[in-house]
Amino acid sequence: MMSENRLRRTMLYVPGNNAGMIRDAAIYQSDSIMFDLEDSVSYREKDAARLLVYYSLRTLDFEGIETVVRINGLDTPYGREDIKAMVKARPFAIRLPKTETAQDVLDVETLIAAEEQKNGIPIGTTRMMAAIESPLGVLNAYAIATSSKRLIGIAIGAEDYVTSMKTSRSPDGVELMFARGMLVTAARAAGIGAFDTVYSDLNNEEGLRKEVELIKQLGFDGKSIISPRQIAIVHDVFNPTPKQIANAKMVLQAIEEAKAKGSGVIALNGKMIDKPIVDRAMHTLDLAIASGLIEDARTAMEVSNAR
Amino acid sequence: MEGMKILDTGIAGTLESSDVMITIKKHSGVEIELNSIVEKQFGRQIREVVRQVLEQLGVKDALVVVQDKGALECVLRARLITAVYRSAGLAEVQWEVFA
Amino acid sequence: MPDNSIGREIPSEILAQFSRNMFAGAYVNTPHVRQDKGNRTLPRLNKLVDNLEQVIVKTGLKDGMTISFHHHFRDGDKVVNLVMEAISQMGIKNLTVAASSLSAVHSPMVKHITDKTVSRIFTSGLRGELADAISNGIMDNPVLIHSHGGRARAIESGQIQIDVAFLGVPSCDVYGNANGYTGRSACGSLGYAKVDAGHARKTVLLTDNLVEYPNTPFSIHQDEVDYIVVVDEVGNPEGIGTGATRLTKNPKDILIGSLAAKVIACSGYFEDGFSFQTGSGGASLIATNFIRDYMLAQNIKAAWALGGITGQMVALHEEGLIKRLLDVQSFDREAIRSIGENRYHTEIDASYYANPLNKGCAVNKINVVVLSALEIDTDFNVNVLTGSDGVLRGASGGHCDTAVGAGLTVVVAPLIRGRSATVLERVQTVITPGATVDVLVTDRGVAVNPRRPRVEEQLRKNRIPIIPIAELQQKAERMVGKPEPVQYEKKIVAVVEYRDGTIMDVVRQVRIQ
Repeated sequence: MMSENRLRRTMLYVPGNNAGMIRDAAIYQSDSIMFDLEDSVSYREKDAARLLVYYSLRTLDFEGIETVVRINGLDTPYGREDIKAMVKARPFAIRLPKTETAQDVLDVETLIAAEEQKNGIPIGTTRMMAAIESPLGVLNAYAIATSSKRLIGIAIGAEDYVTSMKTSRSPDGVELMFARGMLVTAARAAGIGAFDTVYSDLNNEEGLRKEVELIKQLGFDGKSIISPRQIAIVHDVFNPTPKQIANAKMVLQAIEEAKAKGSGVIALNGKMIDKPIVDRAMHTLDLAIASGLIEDARTAMEVSNAR
Repeated sequence: MEGMKILDTGIAGTLESSDVMITIKKHSGVEIELNSIVEKQFGRQIREVVRQVLEQLGVKDALVVVQDKGALECVLRARLITAVYRSAGLAEVQWEVFA
Repeated sequence: MPDNSIGREIPSEILAQFSRNMFAGAYVNTPHVRQDKGNRTLPRLNKLVDNLEQVIVKTGLKDGMTISFHHHFRDGDKVVNLVMEAISQMGIKNLTVAASSLSAVHSPMVKHITDKTVSRIFTSGLRGELADAISNGIMDNPVLIHSHGGRARAIESGQIQIDVAFLGVPSCDVYGNANGYTGRSACGSLGYAKVDAGHARKTVLLTDNLVEYPNTPFSIHQDEVDYIVVVDEVGNPEGIGTGATRLTKNPKDILIGSLAAKVIACSGYFEDGFSFQTGSGGASLIATNFIRDYMLAQNIKAAWALGGITGQMVALHEEGLIKRLLDVQSFDREAIRSIGENRYHTEIDASYYANPLNKGCAVNKINVVVLSALEIDTDFNVNVLTGSDGVLRGASGGHCDTAVGAGLTVVVAPLIRGRSATVLERVQTVITPGATVDVLVTDRGVAVNPRRPRVEEQLRKNRIPIIPIAELQQKAERMVGKPEPVQYEKKIVAVVEYRDGTIMDVVRQVRIQ
């Protein structure tokens, strides 16, 4: 179930010390769940949250949904303990907060590798994500994105960043334009995922929709979300339209036909189809299958065959 | 492992639904005070888990007060271990002890 | 040849042939007709009695009789406690209390059971301290639990004979015309009270709002009312229209509610002119809002909705999406306002609503119903009465009435609550038989009753993942563990009657550990 290419449109934040929310995290069908040991847990409860997330990951069934744990930074007294516990608890990935340099990633990776070795877990099993939340981090985005093979993606955390930039968040997000552009470009250059920051006004569904439309257009894979109520809107924005799906299916068919003819040239309606179009069609169909817009097992199979 | 000593009162968990609050106090021998909304259905199992975890941690003397609001077993374990470490004044958990 | 009192000659054989008596004077045989014609200074004719004690005496209430109450004031009810206290003070014993339902505010009833004022209780539900005390065996006779339809049937058929009905009303004139939607204690429909007023030997109205005659439009009619007592308050507005029906922000309820709406929209029962009922309870309430989305998207209107009317239903009605509302009980302020204002928001009584033995009740014609559950077993039997610890804490209500009547019965519940599984191999108490339940919607999967293969096929066709209910049960057990069975004493504390009057189940005293 856990793979490099799976969709990550929504990554649901779950406070690490809330037993009820952890238990129910899987029912909302976000693409990933992110258990948080960092900002949502007070200093006095860091030990409790670590144990709670540990036992929950070891015991509960998250129904195949990808699990991520956001740990505390190594500059805190909690980061090392978090890594010890979480490598053993075996989420799909560990997410670093406030990453500023490639070295930040490497430092954590070293500790992860040591714990993997100690626990007899194959080295490299634990994947990583890095959250970039500062001007320095943004400028180092490419170096960070290429620092470790464990990285599945980089994410932008906007609150600290805009404060450091001596500005604040606005509805159209002009203050994040550079950071978002930098981040998504770095991620694409490194061949990993790019994830947008949270939208914290829970009651403003229109605002959320606009922001998701923006980041989708910029090229992001998805977004961290703070409530299950945001899932449907984000997925909806990322859903391909019926026209896009029909187009993608035609591209797929053209590939099949070309294969059958033994031809290396793929053509649709008399026009040549090159690789970017094929890739885009595949991505469209991935999205459509994930959102249940097409459930056709045949299509799903064809998509994987065509790869 | 070396037995853990209860040095001080340690509390962990909350009284929210699906959580459990554990209070550990100095005591001679192990005693469990259980108050659970699912006592009739799970009282015996809760006591069993508490004893088992204490044994695993080598705790021989403790009064354990369990105020359970319907916590799953994994929550009970997490809260209990947190409380024991807190009352023993230890910050670093020996993760190798746990499954 | 004898003459009558005005000197007309009436042959005796005529009296015999028609089995009639001789006319004896205009005022002789009709006690309610005023004797003071033409005297404008006398007080107006009325049925007012000064206080409760006097009215209890006038009704002739004696040891061993049956009294009744309605539960339209829900947790804001003041009437039951007020009347019971007065009766208890007068030393009347051994009464049967036939209430349409009892709730947490009725804890003083415990005292009246202990001092033998009350020896039997018939009710739809029990909650709070009273329920705990009964579960612990405080009564000698088991409580009879009936559904709303079952109660109406029992009263109309004479199985329950009410000697005196004490009915609180939010507004009433001096002659007994009462309605539920005016006054500070407005509760909306008086659907349950109407049955009692129509069948009790004596009907007493209690009100805190005496209005000018005639109080039209009225729900309870002057011709059914014997006495009226004015009291300080019949209900607490805070408790009447709040709590049970506030729209949820709980994401789990929203998830279940939206899934239930999707199930309905895909079930084959969702078509223009359909009818539906959604109960109270977070997921069921919010399902109404999601059903609205599907109605707008597919240009579908409901011909009518039944209930248990809520503000959500009213909003759809006023938007033109539900043409008519049939209301046996108004759950919140909006519903209370609407029943007073909207021409096609119609009050119905409990018999019209759900009596299985009258000539046709409303639940027979409902297409879709969404119901909550405390527990449901792998045979789809539903418990809405006892908690997972076996203690009474719910109500039968209209659950089994609507479940059997509806074309599609959807039960909504989270798979687990705290550490208690909702889906079990065996429920503590059966209120609604599994044969009448079609779909179970939980936060962790949808199950369809194998008796309804076409519904399952329809849902699968619409890409709703279906899993066997036994798998849901196992899933729940994997999460919470296998509970030890609740230990009961031999003593039976409540008997569950199905709507047709047969006995469905019994509830035993819980064992104190």
